[in-house]
Order: sequence, then C-alpha cells, then structure tokens
Amino acid sequence: MIYFNNVTKAYKDGLALDDVTFTIATGEFVSIVGHSGAGKTTLTKMILADDIPTDGTVFFESIDIHKLKNKDLTKLRRRIGVVFQDFKLLPNKTAYENIAFAMEAVGKTDEEIASDVPHVLELVDLGNRTRHFPNQMSGGEQQRLAIARAIINQPELIIADEPTGNLDGVNTHEIVQILKKINDLGTTVILATHNRGIIDSVDKRVITMENGKIIRDTKHHK
Amino acid sequence: MTELKRIIKAGFINFSRGGLVSFAALLVVTITLSVITAIILLQVVLYSSLNIIKDKVDVTIYFTVGAPEDKIMALKESLEKLPEVANISYTSSEQALKLFRDRHENDYSTIAALDEIGVNPLGAYLNVKAREISQYESIANFMKGDNALVLGAVPIIDKVNYHQNKLVIDRLNSIISGAQKLGFIVTLILVIISIIITFNTIRLTIFISKEEIGVMRLVGASKMRVRGPFMIEGAIYGIIATFATLILFYPATAWLGRNMTGFLGLNIYDYYLENFFQIFAIILLSGILLGVISSFLAVRKYLNK
Repeated sequence: MIYFNNVTKAYKDGLALDDVTFTIATGEFVSIVGHSGAGKTTLTKMILADDIPTDGTVFFESIDIHKLKNKDLTKLRRRIGVVFQDFKLLPNKTAYENIAFAMEAVGKTDEEIASDVPHVLELVDLGNRTRHFPNQMSGGEQQRLAIARAIINQPELIIADEPTGNLDGVNTHEIVQILKKINDLGTTVILATHNRGIIDSVDKRVITMENGKIIRDTKHHK
Repeated sequence: MTELKRIIKAGFINFSRGGLVSFAALLVVTITLSVITAIILLQVVLYSSLNIIKDKVDVTIYFTVGAPEDKIMALKESLEKLPEVANISYTSSEQALKLFRDRHENDYSTIAALDEIGVNPLGAYLNVKAREISQYESIANFMKGDNALVLGAVPIIDKVNYHQNKLVIDRLNSIISGAQKLGFIVTLILVIISIIITFNTIRLTIFISKEEIGVMRLVGASKMRVRGPFMIEGAIYGIIATFATLILFYPATAWLGRNMTGFLGLNIYDYYLENFFQIFAIILLSGILLGVISSFLAVRKYLNK
C-alpha cells in the first residue's frame, strides 16, 4: 500500500531521512519507533505530502504522492486519517461538530452525518460528551475524539504520530487498544512513537529509526 | 447546495461563538461605515453650500434709459441661444422703478428726490445666470462682439457689471474648484484609512483561527469550505454594522437638522430621510464588500501554507 523508494529528506541542519526504503502492506499495523529527531514525523509527513522529499519517491498504491496537484492531494488526504500528538481539534466546534466537519469535508449528506456521528462517538466512549468543546475535555478524551474524527470517513490508512505523547498511562493504553481495534477491522495503521512500552503492548511489526535511517524492521516478539 | 447551506450555517455559528472578537470586529466595521456615511453627508453639505454661493453669482446688463424693448428682447433671444446660459430674467424700467421704490420705502429723502425728478431715471436690465461660474467670461465676451450691442447709431447698453465683478467671480471660481478637489482627496484618504483598519482587524480575527484553517485542510476540506464561513462572517459584520451605523445616524442627523440647518445651509435630517434608501444601499454594499473581501484575502494567506 505504501512504498518508500530511497527517500532522502535534507533540512538545513542535516538529514531527517537518509535513503529510506520500505513497504507497508494493506491491513498491517506498523509501529515506527525512535528517539525524538530520528525521522518519524518527517516520515509521516511524507505520506501526507505535508513535506516533499529531497530525493526518492513515495507511492500510495500506484500514486506518486509528490506529483499530485492540489485538488488530487485533497482527495488523497481523504483516504488517510491522521491522529496527532496535539490532537489538532477545531477549538470552536463541539465534539459532535468536529466529527461532522470531517464528514462534510468529504461531501457526506446530512442524514449520513446524523446517523454516523453519534455512533462513532459511542465507539470511542464519548457518547456523553457530544456537546462539549475540546477545552472542556481531558487530554484522553480529546485524543479519542481525534481518533473518532480520523476514522469517521472509513479511511484506508490511519497515521498516528505520537498519539499518546501528552497522555498518562491509562489513557495511553486506551488509545492503543482503540487503534488495535481499528486495525482488526481492516484499516492499515501506522503508529509513530518513542515509547517502547506501547510497542510491547501492541506486538506487531516495528520499524526502528535512528538518525534518519531504518536500523531494524522486525515483527515484534515479546 | 448543501455545501452552500453548510458554509452559511458555519459562518453564523462562528460569528455567534466569536464573542469579544466578533464584537471588536463589528465595532471597527461600524466605525468605518460611520466614516463613509459622515463623508457622504459632508459632501452633500459642501456641494449645497457651493451651489448656494454659485447661485448668488450673476451678470447684469443695464440698458440705457429709453432703450427700445424690442432690441432688448432681440439681445435676450440671442443670449438664450448660448449653451452656457442657464436662464435670463428681464426687468423693464417700470419694474426696476417699482423695485427701487419698494427697496427704499423707508428712505424718505431718496423717494422725495425720485418724485422731484418726475420721470423714470432707471433703465431696464437683463439678469443672466450661467450654468458654471467659469462661463461668465465667455458670455461677457459674446456681448462685446455681438451685433445686438451696436444696433442703430445709439448704443443701448449702459454697462455690464461682469467686469466689476470679475475679480470676485474668478476668486470664487478657484475657491470652489479647490474645495471640491480638497473634499475629494480628504474623502479618499479617510476611506482608505478606514478600509485598512478594518482589513487589519478582520485579519487579526482570522489570525486567531490560523491553526484551525490548517486542521480543516488536513481533514480534507476544500479551500472554499474553509474560506466560505469566514467570508459569511465578514458579510455578517457588514450587515449588522450597516444597521448599527444607520441607527446611530438617525439621532445625529436629527440633532444637526434641528440645530445646524442655518449654518450648514440645508437640513441634514431631511436629506437623510429623503435619501435613506440610497444611503442604506451604499453603506450595506460597502459593509458587505469590505467584510467579504477582507476575509477572503486574510484566509488566503493561511490557506496556501
């Protein structure tokens, strides 16, 4: 599904990605680990076309992501759900409206929105928070809302970049369980984190990065 | 269609949730529209005072006593053919005498002197008004060259007061055209300043939402879906500010109409009410355009990042 071919990304202060090549198949759960600055975030940005590689190509199925025009890029992004460390929720919209907005953006009808939003909020255990604004919710709740938003349009791929970075142990565990559940339902998941404990609890394929290079790519075993 | 409905709805929700920021933007747009309204009224006052002054300028052609009326009428007709002439009024020597008596009815010695003479010492005259002050010169020149002046051996024109008034007329002419130019420049500067202030205020309100704009794009919203609600919000500022401005000007013009009509030369309140729908249309259009265009430009900056 995702193909990185000799991707290099150079910033002024050095290489963020250094000749990275790997493949992610449909339905996989891949964790990308490494210290801060190892290149995890740059890697996820490449898939979202939030940044362009200095060298090499990135394919989403048969699409060369970095050759897309603005309009097609919007279409591609609709096939990918993203979860960020800082949640990136819309602060002036309620939980319900945050999800509804993502559905409106892809052109869903009012009926679909009215039936799907309560359902997905229930799924991430926010059924009683629909009318709350993000600043009235805890970190864990906000992240669950962000996940709900990421999955509402049934994306083929979920990218979670340090989704538990701002959360405590209990909430972290919850988020990881939700991501696993999503993966079990058939969605490909890429989880970038520096937290080894999370990876141990996931027990799936792990790509380890250091200084912009992949130093290990293994199916994880406890 | 659904898209448009959602954009409009989102615009209203953003506005109502904006709180203090919406209020501040509203205030600034109201001030801008008030400046524009005040300028419209000021221009009206300026033009009406200039017109009153212009109206006081005329040229009078005095005829000799006993000048034949048919010759005066011939001159009047040829003057009326000039495109520069707005209107001409003829005063016969009898009327001139009557006007003179009326004017001096309390001045016993003058009336006594007039009675002493026994005959009418006053000639007839033509009062000529030009369309523009600058055109008196050419009218005066026409009279110099026209045959009407030299009909017969005896000239019938006693004097034309243009040459006495020339200095005043010329000066007035330059003051009026200067006042119009100055009025226009001041208007332009004030309007530009107001627009810049409004634009920056709206830009600040959108600056607060700049992360939101990025998130909306990441979620897959089209540019129009992101931009639309901000433009609707801008239009709402314009519409509400229009009503606020027009309501504010109601007591303001009423006061001016009651207390300043003599000084200003016209009743602002009457003018305001008579032209209410025109002013309303101008202000509403300016308000909406200002809000929508400012929002459009401000969002564009963050959309393209």
